Amino acid sequence: MIPEIGHFALILALVIALVQASVPLLGAARGDPVLMNLARPAALAQFGFIAIAFACLMQAYVVSDFSVLNVAQNSHSTVPLLYKVTGVWSNHEGSMVLWVLILGLFGAAVAAFGDNLPMSLRARVLSVQAMIGAAFLAFILFTSNPFLRLDPPPIDGRDVNPLLQDPGLAFHPPFLYFGYVGLSTTFSFAVAALIEGRVDPAWARWVRPWTLAAWSSLTLGIALGSWWAYYELGWGGFWFWDPVENSSFMPWLVATALLHSAIVAEKRDALKSWTVLLALIAFALSLIGTFLVRSGVLTSVHAFAVDPARGLFILLILVIGIGGSLALYAVRAPLLKAGGLFAPISREGALVLNNLLLSTATATVFLGTLYPLILDALDAGKVSVGAPYFNATFVPLMVPLVAAAAIGPLLGWKRGDLAGALQRLKFAAAFTAVVVLATLYLKYGGPTLALVGIGLAAWLAAATAIELAERIKLFRVPLPEALRRAANLPRAAWGMTLAHAGLAVVITGITATQAWQVERIALVRPGDVLELAGYRFAFRGVVDVPGPNYAAKRGTFEVTYDGRPIAVLTPERRFYPVQGTTTTEAAIHTTWLADLYAVIGEPEASGPGNAPGAAPRGAGDPGWIARLYYNPLVPWIWIGAVIMFVGGLVSLSDRRHRIGAPARGRRQAAAQPAASD
Amino acid sequence: MTRKRRRLYLLGLFLLGLGTATALALAAFRDNLVFFYSPSDLARLAVAGDRAVRIGGLVEQGSVERRAGSIEIRFRVTDLQNTLPVVYAGILPDLFREGQGIVAQGRLGPDGVFRASEVLAKHDENYMPPEVAAALKRSGHWQETAGKPK
Repeated sequence: MIPEIGHFALILALVIALVQASVPLLGAARGDPVLMNLARPAALAQFGFIAIAFACLMQAYVVSDFSVLNVAQNSHSTVPLLYKVTGVWSNHEGSMVLWVLILGLFGAAVAAFGDNLPMSLRARVLSVQAMIGAAFLAFILFTSNPFLRLDPPPIDGRDVNPLLQDPGLAFHPPFLYFGYVGLSTTFSFAVAALIEGRVDPAWARWVRPWTLAAWSSLTLGIALGSWWAYYELGWGGFWFWDPVENSSFMPWLVATALLHSAIVAEKRDALKSWTVLLALIAFALSLIGTFLVRSGVLTSVHAFAVDPARGLFILLILVIGIGGSLALYAVRAPLLKAGGLFAPISREGALVLNNLLLSTATATVFLGTLYPLILDALDAGKVSVGAPYFNATFVPLMVPLVAAAAIGPLLGWKRGDLAGALQRLKFAAAFTAVVVLATLYLKYGGPTLALVGIGLAAWLAAATAIELAERIKLFRVPLPEALRRAANLPRAAWGMTLAHAGLAVVITGITATQAWQVERIALVRPGDVLELAGYRFAFRGVVDVPGPNYAAKRGTFEVTYDGRPIAVLTPERRFYPVQGTTTTEAAIHTTWLADLYAVIGEPEASGPGNAPGAAPRGAGDPGWIARLYYNPLVPWIWIGAVIMFVGGLVSLSDRRHRIGAPARGRRQAAAQPAASD
Repeated sequence: MTRKRRRLYLLGLFLLGLGTATALALAAFRDNLVFFYSPSDLARLAVAGDRAVRIGGLVEQGSVERRAGSIEIRFRVTDLQNTLPVVYAGILPDLFREGQGIVAQGRLGPDGVFRASEVLAKHDENYMPPEVAAALKRSGHWQETAGKPK
C-alpha cells in the first residue's frame, strides 16, 4: 500500500508541476496577480508530494519490502540500517527521486523566502523551476519508476553494491545533487530575467545566495567523492579525470566563474549578459553530466547499467532545455544594455580574467570528456583521453588564475593600480620565495612544476592574509580595534578570504601528493619488512575477520619510524557473499602532513583458474600482494575543500542576503534598466 | 575608455584565451589520445609498441595465472575470435574475474604480450564497457537480447 501512495504522490507532483509551469507564466505575461500568486503554494505542494514519495520509498527500503522491484534489486535484509537508508539513492531510480526532491526543495525555498522578489519575477522563476521538475518527474514515471512491484516477491534482496556501502559515498550523492540541482535555481532566475528582459544589480543580488548554496554543496560533494575514491578504490589517487568526475567538475568551474561575475553585475552593473549566460551554462553542464552518467555512453568507473530509453529521454530534456534557453538568450540578451565602464587593470578586469580562465578551463575539460564520444559517433575509432591530456591543458590555465586571484582583491573598482597592489604584496613575494627555497632544500631534485605549485599556493595564501590584514588595519591600529574591525567585516568578505585560503591549501595538497608520492608494490610474507619514505612496514600476516554482511581477510602492518611505533595498519579484503563480490579496504594512517596507505591484494599463486574473488586456501604461509603508499600532504586537499565550503556558507550568511536587496525601483534610476517592455 | 575600446580589449583577451586553450588542447591531444583495440584488431593491424593503447574484451575462462613468489599476473583477453595474452604486475580491481569484461591500458610488447599498466573493471556487474560490447559485436559474439555474451 505504501509504495502505491508514493507512486500516486509522484503523479500528483507531476500534475502540480505542469500547472505551476504554465499558469504563473501566463499570469506574469498578463499581469494577473491571482495567476502569478498560484506559483507559491504550487511550489510548496509540489515539494510536499515529492517528499511523500521519497519517504515512501525510504520506508520500503528500511523495512526491506522486497515486493518492490527497486528494493529487491538494491537492498538486502542483512545490510546495516545506514546503508538501507542510503541504498535509496545508490541506484538509478532512487537517485533520480532524490534529484527531483532537491529540485522541489529549491523551488519551495524560492517560494518561501522570495518575499523580496517582484511578483512577476518570482512567478516566472517558479514556472521555469517547475518545467525542469515536470520533465524529470515524467522521466522518473515513464522510464525509471522506483515503485514497480514484483510478484511474487523474492525471499531476499540482491544487496547494495558493496563499494557503495561506505559512509563517504553515502553522503556524496546528496551533497553533489544539492549542488547540481541548486544550479537549477540560478538557471530559472536567468531564464526569468531573459523573459522579463531585465537584469540589474538587484537581480544579481537575488541570484547570489542560490549560487552560493549550490557552489558550496557542490564543493563538498566533489570533495567527498574524491575522498571516497581515494580510500575505497585502493589506487592511492584522489582524482582520475574520469568522465563522471569531470561532469561534476565542469558545473563547479562554471559556478565558480558565475560567483565571480555576479559580483561585477551586482556592484558595477556590468557583465550582465555574460552572467546570465554563465547561469544558463552552469545548469546545462549539470544536465549534460546527468546525461553522461545515466545514459552509459561513457566508460567510467561510475557508470550504471545501460538503458537506451533513459539516455534518449534525458537527451531530449537536454536538447529542449539547453537549446531553448540558449535560443531565448540569443533573442533577448541584446536587450540587456551594458553597464558601468572599467579599465582593464581593475577589480572588474581581474574578475573578467578569472572568468576567461575558468571558462577556457571548462572548455578544455569539456573537449577532453566528450571527444571520445564525438569520435565514436563519427565512427572514427575508439579512443580515450586520459589524465595526461587534462594535466597538460588544465594545469597551465590554473597557474595564471591562482596568481591573479592573489592580486585581484587588492585592486580598486573601475581603475586599479597594479604597481601599488604589487607593492603591497611585497611580503607575499618574500614569503613565496622563502617557501620555494625551503621546498627546494627539503625535496631537492623534485619536479620543477611542484615548486611552481607550492610557490603559487604560498603566494595566494600570503596575499589573502595581507588583504585581510589591510581590511582590518592589523598592526596599524591597536589590536582590540583590529579585532573589532574583523568582527564587523561583512560576512561576504570573510567568505572570499576563506575560499581563497582554502584553495591555497588544496593546491598545496595536490602538488605535494602528485610530486612526492612514493608507491611500492611487493609480495609480502609474515615477518617481512618493507621500507617506504623512512617508514618501516612490518607485515604480521592475515587473519579472517567476520563482518555484519561480509567476511574479511585482514592483514596487519606495524609501522615504525626510527624505531618509534607510528601506527598499526589493517587493510582488508571483504568478500560479500550475496553479490559474490570482493572489495578492497585500504588502511590509512594520517599524520596530517602525510598519509600512510596500505592495501592488500590476492594471496600468491592461488592456482590457475581460481577467480581472485574466491577465497583460496593455500598450503603453508602464502605471500600476499601488498601495495603501500606514502602520500605527503594529501589530507590538505580535503581540509582545503572544507575551508572553501565553510567560506561559501559564511558568505551565504551575509546579512545583505537576508534583508534583501534595496527596492528595485530606487536602484532602477541608477541602473539603466535595459528593458523595452 | 570608451565602450568600443573596452569591447575590443575584451575580444582580444577572449581570443588570446581561446588561442592558448586551443594550442594546449591540440598539443595535448597529439600526445595523449589513447586508442582502443580489440584482440582481433591487434591480430590484424600492426600497432606500434611505443605507444600506450587500450585493449578490451572478456577475461578468458581458466586463463588467470599467478606464479609463486611473484606479483605478476598473466591472463588472456578474448573477443571470442582472437585472444591476447596480458601481463600485469600489481593488485587487480575488485571486480576483475574470469568471464568479466575488462579494459586494460598499456603497451604491446614485441613478443605479442600486452603489458598492462592499468586494468579497469567496473563497479556494476551488469555493466559492460561500451568498447568491449562493440568489440564483441564486431566479432559476432554479442547476444542483443541477453545484453551479455554467452
